[in-house]
Amino acid sequence: MTDMANHDATTTPRPRHPAVEAFEMFTRNLSAIVGLVLLMLIILGAFLGPMLYPTDPFEMVWAPFTPPGQEGFLLGTDYLGRDLLAALLNGARVTLLVGASAALLSVCIGVTVGALSGYYSGFVEEALMRVTEFFQVLPTLLFCMVIVALFGTSLHMIVLAIGVVSWTGVARIARSEVMRIKQLEYVLAARASGATHSQIILFTILPNAMPPIIVQATLMVGSAILFEASLSFLGLTDPNVVSWGQVIGANRQYILDSSFAVTIPGLAIFVTVLAISLIGDGLNDALNPKLRRR
Amino acid sequence: MNHLGTFLIRMGNAAVLLGSVLVLNFLLIHMAPGDVADTIAQSMGGADAEVMAQIRAEYRLDDPFLVQLTRYIGNVLRFDLGHSYFYNEPVTDLILRRLPATLLLVVTAQVLALLVGIILGVYSSRNPRGIFSHLITALSLFGFSAPVFWTGLLLLIALSLRLPLFPVAGMVDPTLDGGVWVRALDIAHHMVLPVLALSSIFLALYSRLSRASMMEVLESDYIRTAEAKGLGNTKVVYKHALKNAVSPVITLAGLQFSAVVSGAVVVETVFSWPGLGTLAFEAILARDTPTILGILFFSSLVVIVGNLLTDAAHRLVDPRLRRRG
Repeated sequence: MTDMANHDATTTPRPRHPAVEAFEMFTRNLSAIVGLVLLMLIILGAFLGPMLYPTDPFEMVWAPFTPPGQEGFLLGTDYLGRDLLAALLNGARVTLLVGASAALLSVCIGVTVGALSGYYSGFVEEALMRVTEFFQVLPTLLFCMVIVALFGTSLHMIVLAIGVVSWTGVARIARSEVMRIKQLEYVLAARASGATHSQIILFTILPNAMPPIIVQATLMVGSAILFEASLSFLGLTDPNVVSWGQVIGANRQYILDSSFAVTIPGLAIFVTVLAISLIGDGLNDALNPKLRRR
Repeated sequence: MNHLGTFLIRMGNAAVLLGSVLVLNFLLIHMAPGDVADTIAQSMGGADAEVMAQIRAEYRLDDPFLVQLTRYIGNVLRFDLGHSYFYNEPVTDLILRRLPATLLLVVTAQVLALLVGIILGVYSSRNPRGIFSHLITALSLFGFSAPVFWTGLLLLIALSLRLPLFPVAGMVDPTLDGGVWVRALDIAHHMVLPVLALSSIFLALYSRLSRASMMEVLESDYIRTAEAKGLGNTKVVYKHALKNAVSPVITLAGLQFSAVVSGAVVVETVFSWPGLGTLAFEAILARDTPTILGILFFSSLVVIVGNLLTDAAHRLVDPRLRRRG
């Protein structure tokens, strides 16, 4: 009898923390790791690159339209003879910072709106759902363009504009999670033990609603980067900072002479967003194992 | 609830949304630094305080906020969106002339993405490890990650500059002389690249979701029943499963309308497509506020009508919604 008990204790593994399991599942996912490594490299390039390669991205350094690899310019020069590699390295920082802060802002708005409208019923829910619906019908990019055009093209304004238009997806997910969780027994237990509404929302429900929100937040960074790229491609960006979309927008009239000045920065945006969506997919598989077969 | 009641509620809802867009528009003009008087003074090359006050009185900018708001909404209800300083033309005329081009682009891209997406999704769901399924995974990663203007520029470089298959820009060939069909064909020819670029994002989204949804439906009990009855494979998939599987795809498509319009703005700029997007771009560069806000209003209208149509389509394929009202 004692033997069997010992035997059981050694073969059945201790139930591990779900976060540990998720982490292991994530690290076993090859494409997610590829995404993570790519993103790390891009972040390193963004923050160390300008130090290691101090060419000014606004300065005319050589003849215009120098093809990549010639005259010592790894990625060539653009229509004003500016070094594309320098533009790429300096633009990465803006792209990443704007993307991450806009995503953070939209996640904050989305989670607040979603949690409140999922938790409360009646007037609060109705009002918040209407607001969400309203932001869903606003053509997001046009609205951003209008905001930036009316209130100026500072990076703060761009972050604000992107954040304000892109939270509805997060709100929908947060709301449905909160609505599901608020019916569970541990929420009832929390209420029975005298927790206030805000305590229940903040400490009981939200931590359990986080997995899908984290996945969505990751993907939001990608779409915020695409958003910023579109705005700066259209020229609606701070003219004193380089960003990838802006380089493409400035060079697009010259695609006959130098298609590389358009394709290379575009490739940079593509690879960055791709890396982020691979990480997002990996997180999705790791955090929502039930949906894995999708 | 009967059909008429549901319809009225939906229309009322749409009207409230549109009204909110108007209020937001007005708030934006109000909050933005500088007003109409400043813009006009600027175009005249500066004006002194007296002239400024005159302009403000003429445009009644000194009225209380609510009075101005009511007047603005009243004007819009009479289809008067103001006067464009830049084009020197009523904004409504300007927009109505550009709207058809945008609608053509948006609707074609959305329909193409839905049709091809569902076909790809259904096909690959029956063979989840096959080449089509991998193609969809690759396609959806590309569609989600590639900026749409870059996709457009790549298409332009490859299929219009390197291989001169399609026109570089515009919607019609002005030198072309011919009947309706010749012209329709010409527009279709100009449309290929912009539609491809715009639908690439949504094709990815729809094919991925319809694959997932189809795989789920194919595992359900009533499909097994249909198979057990001895129905042919094709009939089971297309008659029984597809009807239920497209439901979430249509919901998603409805939610994407605002993204499609946004994408159209960028794609139009890339291909110089003479629609609302290029108009918005020009108006923003010219700081032509009435035109910009008019476009925001009209494109919200496009999204709202798109949502209503999606809803109608949803009811058409899913009888359960019809009964629930």
